[in-house]
Amino acid sequence: MSELTVTLLRLGYLVLLWAFVLSAIGVLRRDLYGTRITSRRRPRAAANPAPPAGAAATAPTPDRGRGRKSGPTRLVVTEGPLRGTTLPLGSSAVLIGRAPSCTLVLDDDYSSSRHARVYPEGGQWLVEDMGSTNGTFVDDQKVTDAVPVRPGAQIRIGQSVLELQG
Amino acid sequence: MATVEAHRVRAGRGTELALLVLALAIAIASYALVGLGATDELPADVLGYGAGMTGLALAVHLVLRWRAPYADPVILPSVIALNGIGLAMIYRIDLAREARGGTEMFAGKQLALSAVSVVLACVVLVLLRDHRTLRRYTYTAMVVGLVLILLPLIPGLGVTINGARIWIRALGFSLQPAELAKIALAVFFAGYLVTHRDTLALAGPKVLGLQLPRVRDFGPIIVVWAASIAVLVLQSDLGTSLLLFGLFVAMLYVATERLSWIIIGLVMFAGGVAVATATFGHVAARFHIWLHALDQDVFERAPGGSGQLVRGLFGLASGGLFGTGWGQGRPDLVPFAESDFIIASLGEELGLTGLMAILTIYLVLCQRGLRTAIGVRDGFGKLLAAGLAFVIAFQCFVVVGGITRIIPLTGLTTPFLAYGGSSLLANWIVAALLLRISDDARRPAPEPVGELLTTPAGGTPLDEDARNPVAVAGDDQPTEQLRRTSGGGRA
Repeated sequence: MSELTVTLLRLGYLVLLWAFVLSAIGVLRRDLYGTRITSRRRPRAAANPAPPAGAAATAPTPDRGRGRKSGPTRLVVTEGPLRGTTLPLGSSAVLIGRAPSCTLVLDDDYSSSRHARVYPEGGQWLVEDMGSTNGTFVDDQKVTDAVPVRPGAQIRIGQSVLELQG
Repeated sequence: MATVEAHRVRAGRGTELALLVLALAIAIASYALVGLGATDELPADVLGYGAGMTGLALAVHLVLRWRAPYADPVILPSVIALNGIGLAMIYRIDLAREARGGTEMFAGKQLALSAVSVVLACVVLVLLRDHRTLRRYTYTAMVVGLVLILLPLIPGLGVTINGARIWIRALGFSLQPAELAKIALAVFFAGYLVTHRDTLALAGPKVLGLQLPRVRDFGPIIVVWAASIAVLVLQSDLGTSLLLFGLFVAMLYVATERLSWIIIGLVMFAGGVAVATATFGHVAARFHIWLHALDQDVFERAPGGSGQLVRGLFGLASGGLFGTGWGQGRPDLVPFAESDFIIASLGEELGLTGLMAILTIYLVLCQRGLRTAIGVRDGFGKLLAAGLAFVIAFQCFVVVGGITRIIPLTGLTTPFLAYGGSSLLANWIVAALLLRISDDARRPAPEPVGELLTTPAGGTPLDEDARNPVAVAGDDQPTEQLRRTSGGGRA
C-alpha cells in the first residue's frame, strides 16, 4: 500500500469518528433547545390582560356571569424550589404542603406538611391556611380566613410563591 | 429537582438507526484498518465480523423498538462505537503479540463476551418493564453488592492477580465481582437516599459559611466510607474503593443538593488515603510512581516501577496530533496495553484527535445519563440514572487521569473499551438500565387534567384533614425539627 493511501485511510478514519461524534451532538442540540421554558413574565401579562388597577387581593372581581370557564386554569409555582411547576385546576380543591398526600407537594423546608388549600367556590378561587407553622400570605397579607385570590396574585407559602393563571 | 419537558417528544428510533449506521461503520472500519495496518491485507473474516456486529446492534435496536420505544437514541450507538473501537484495539494488540511469538489471544474472547453482554442487556430490557421495580429490592441490592465485593476474600474462590485480590475463579470462569457490585450498590444507594434524603438534607451547625448536616445523620456515609477503606486495605484495590465512595458521595449530593456532603466526602477520603498511604506500602508506592514517574530508578524498578506508566506516556507522545494510524504504532510495548492501558494504545494509534473523539463519546454518554435523570419523573429513577451516569464518568476520569498522570494510577477499567469480561458485562447492563430509565423519562406524560378528575387526590386527605387537624400533626415532623435546630422558622 502506498504511503498516500495509508495517510488517507488514517485521516479518513478520524473524520468518520468525528462525524459520529458531531452527529450525536447534533441530536443532543435538539434536546437542548426543544424544551419548554416556563417564562414567568409573559404568561402572566397574557393571562391577566386587564387587572383593575385598584383591585388588591381583598377586592377580587367575581366573574359570575361567564362562570369558571373564564377563570384561572392553572396554578403555577413562580418562586421556590419547584419554580416552573404547573398544576392544572379542575373542579376540586388543591391541597398544598410537604406531605406526599398533597396535590402539590412542596419541596420546601419552610412549609408545613398540610400548609394551605386552594379551592373553588361560587365561581372564584379561595385560599385558606390549614394552620401552618409559618403562615400563608396573599400579596403580603397574612391569610387568616379563606380569602379569594384573583389571577396573578402572589400566594406565598414558605419559600415558594404560587399564582393562579388563566 | 426539576423536570424539563420537551415540546414534542420524538421517539428517536429512526435517529438511533442512523447513528447506529455510523457507529457500525466506525467499528467495522477499525477492524479492517487494523488488518490493513498491521498485516497489509484486509482481515479474512471482516465480512463475518461486520455481519456479527451489525446483528448485535440491530438486536438491541429491535428490542428497544419493541420494549422501550422512547429510549434515548444516542446511548446505544455510543456504546456500540466504543465497544467496536475497543475490540479492534484488542485485536491489534493480539496481532502484535502474535508477531512476537505470543500465544495468548484476547480479541476472540472479548468478542464472545460482547455478544453475551448484548444478550444480557436485551434480557434486562425485556424483563425489566419499569425501573421502579428495582426499588423494591433496595436492601436486597445492598446485601448482593456487599457479598459481591467480599467474594474475592473467600479462600479458595478469590484469586490474587497482580497484587490485587479482586478476582474470583469458579468453574473455569474468572470474574471481577466488584464490577457487578457497583450496579447493585447504585440501586441500593438510590433506594436508600430517595427515602432518607429529607433527614440527610436537614441543616445542622454552620461552619465557615458551610451548612453542615446534623452529626447524627453521618451514619450512612461513615458505613460506606469504612467499606471502601476495607476494600482498599483487604483487597489492595484503590480503584474500586474510590468508585464505591465516589458513587455514594455523588448520589448523596444529587439527593440532598448540599455541597457540604461533597466537601465532607472529599475530606474523609483524603484522610483515609493519607492514613492508608502511611500504613500500607502498595498505596504509598502508587503515589511515589505518580510523583516521581520519570526518575531513572523508579522507571527501571522491575515490579512496581513506573515503566508501564511512562511507556504509555511515550506512546501517547509518539501518537501526536493525528496518531500513527491503526496497526502502525507499537502500543504492545506497554504492559496491559489491551486492558488497563487501552487509552494509551488508542492515543498512540489515533492521536489526540481520535482520543478526544472517544472522550467526547463518553461525555455524550454521561450527558444522556444525567439528562435522563433530569427528565425522569420519580426520585428513585433520577438518583439511579444519575448514579449510573456518574459511574461511567468517574471510571473514565480515574482511568484517563491515571494514564495521563493527573492522578495516581488505579486499577479501574475503561468502560466498554478495555479487555475484561466482567467490566463489559456490567457496563452493558448499566447501558440497558439507562435505556430503560430514559424510555420512562422521554415517554409523553399522560394528560394531567384527566388524571386530576378521575383520582380524588386532592379531595380525600383534605376532608379528613379538615375534620381532624390534630391527627396530621405527626407527619409535620421535619418542619418541627427544623424549627428546633434553626431557632424559629422564617416565612
